[in-house]
Amino acid sequence: MAKALFHILIFPGLFFLFIFGFIAEYVDRKLYARFQNRVGPPWFQPVADFIKLMSKEEIIPEEADTTVFKLMPIFALSACATAILYIPILGERSIFSFNGDVIVVLYLLTIPTLTYFLGGWYSRSVFSMIGAVRGLTQLFAYEVPLFLCILASALLADTWSLSEMVTFYNHHLGYWFCNILGFAVALISLLGKLEKVPFDIPEAETEIVAGSFTEYGGRLLALIRMAFNIEMVVGASLLAAVFLPFGLNLHPAAIFLLYLIQVFLIIAAISFLRSLFARLRLDQMINLCWKYFAPLAFLQVLINLVLKGMLPR
Amino acid sequence: MHEPGEVKIPIGPQHPALKEPESFLINLHGEKITAVSVRLGYNHRGIEKACEERTYVQDLYLVERICGICSHSHSTCFVQAVEEIAGIEVPARAKYIRTLIAELERIHSHLLWLGVAGHEIGFDTLLMYTWRDREVVMDLLATLTGNRVNYGINTLGGVRRDINSEQKEEVLKAMGILEERTKYYIELAQGETTVVKRLAGVGILSYEDAQRLGTVGPTARASGIERDTRKDDPYAAYAELDFKVITSSHCDVYGRTIVRLGELMESYSMVRQIIQKIPDGPISVKSPRKIPAGEAVSRYEAPRGEDFHYVRSNGTEKPDRVKVRAPTLANIQAVSKMLEDRYLADMPIVVAAIDPCFSCTDRLIAIRDTERKRKNTVPWETVRLKGIEWYKMQGIDFTSLNKKLTKIF
Repeated sequence: MAKALFHILIFPGLFFLFIFGFIAEYVDRKLYARFQNRVGPPWFQPVADFIKLMSKEEIIPEEADTTVFKLMPIFALSACATAILYIPILGERSIFSFNGDVIVVLYLLTIPTLTYFLGGWYSRSVFSMIGAVRGLTQLFAYEVPLFLCILASALLADTWSLSEMVTFYNHHLGYWFCNILGFAVALISLLGKLEKVPFDIPEAETEIVAGSFTEYGGRLLALIRMAFNIEMVVGASLLAAVFLPFGLNLHPAAIFLLYLIQVFLIIAAISFLRSLFARLRLDQMINLCWKYFAPLAFLQVLINLVLKGMLPR
Repeated sequence: MHEPGEVKIPIGPQHPALKEPESFLINLHGEKITAVSVRLGYNHRGIEKACEERTYVQDLYLVERICGICSHSHSTCFVQAVEEIAGIEVPARAKYIRTLIAELERIHSHLLWLGVAGHEIGFDTLLMYTWRDREVVMDLLATLTGNRVNYGINTLGGVRRDINSEQKEEVLKAMGILEERTKYYIELAQGETTVVKRLAGVGILSYEDAQRLGTVGPTARASGIERDTRKDDPYAAYAELDFKVITSSHCDVYGRTIVRLGELMESYSMVRQIIQKIPDGPISVKSPRKIPAGEAVSRYEAPRGEDFHYVRSNGTEKPDRVKVRAPTLANIQAVSKMLEDRYLADMPIVVAAIDPCFSCTDRLIAIRDTERKRKNTVPWETVRLKGIEWYKMQGIDFTSLNKKLTKIF
């Protein structure tokens, strides 16, 4: 019991994720700024922002559904935080691992988008509603390639458990190379999940103010921002676990260090990608995902199916 | 909500896409725009009326503040009209300096626009890059005129500051840097897929529509109309400069981008020519305080299009009437046309593509009684009295001061 509580609250649960989320946000913002030839924020900026938002008044629109409006940020945060428990970050085994946890993690990572939709929809503001609908429409576009890529990797490893996938790839180091196409597609899909440029359509500032979060402020907005940070960390951890399974036979401290490096590499890739592009339009984004990324993900599945029969196990 | 599935969304008067207050009420069906209604008048500052209360020299500084970006355009346009009434012949060197500042202003305005356009399509990196490079020309303007934005270089009968050979060197050096950067932006605008995807085919305004709606400046030129006051009705030193009028047959936002980038390259070459050709001589002639009765119209190619000033004098030291038509007023009508059947996501970039300057455009406030659906016009005296009353309520009373002033005069 005490051990479970420790896992949920301290490591790798909320406390760890909060700290990691702050650092990830800082790294992302700083790198994004440097790519744009700006100075960027100081290291404590994410914490300062969080404290400032936490100390602000909570304003809820009169017409909004108070319960849903207040609950949704907490739902988003807890869904992201739960997902980390099933991702192996220290060595080959996650804290709670079972056969099929890869699907649970993917679903847990889908929940935040749904909560943003509900929160935005029940804000009853036109900007929020449009943002909410856009978010949901976008979900159907990026989710399929992302799922397919991760499932393709699972296919090759012949297991539905993340931990076993990691073990498999760790023992067949050369095989990760087969998944490189899947990794690229999954990374771009992750941009859609995190609502970052070029897929920041649901919160396109110049069109619909802040999308679903237009009416949010104070503590609730702080929670939403935290949920995004944690989603970024968890998403990066998932990609690191599935696609970059290196050196897991080392000392635990070295493994942890390696894990951090992998996650930060993926975050750096995200910042780099988002400084490169203009925001796409919703129809263009859906076209792109269904015309190019989904077929590429299917190709990855096909490759892995063929390889599975050919390669020695 | 009116029809099922139709949403009315207000873009403005306060909205992140707009840098100034203006209202666009958009009927939305899904992501598609079905109708747009534009409403001006949130930023009326009464500058035309204020001009009548001031002397010509004071007016120069006031009209310079009509626009924060094309400030030199308005002041030159005004000063040209006054000089025409007074029959003042401006020295050639002054004309060249005016042209130099005008072209530098065009460079900074077009670079600013490129950044704003980048921001509107969610490409913040472009915004940061162009605004960084814009600093080069801003610094240049500061060294030449002493100010980054409102240069205050014009005066009746010439300009107030001369340029020396050191400054000429600096200008040439800056042009080299900017030309290099602009080439990169041209490459980027033509090569970066997401940018092209967001710009091409968006906000289409055909040649006929552009003619019919009376568009000016880069908006018209991007629809294939060769309309440029610098060529059609040369003023200042433009008649002696060699430059092309950049047009494009794309008729969309992409075309407007290409036209502006092309104009940047033309401006660099024009600035180089000015530095080479600038004649020696005085920079201003003396002008009378009282301008003889008469009227004049002055046209000027501002970065956003043709600027138009009308000045009528009555023989005193204050103008009788000043009328300003900023380029945005000519272009704003085209926006509803451009937005027909477009997506909501295109709205910010389509509006930004005319490079709007709403506060320059606003000429009156129409007070609408939404309950009785009636427009109301308020005479000047009533507004004045209301103003005095409002200040009294704030605890500011000018009546005693006014009495003292009438005693003195």
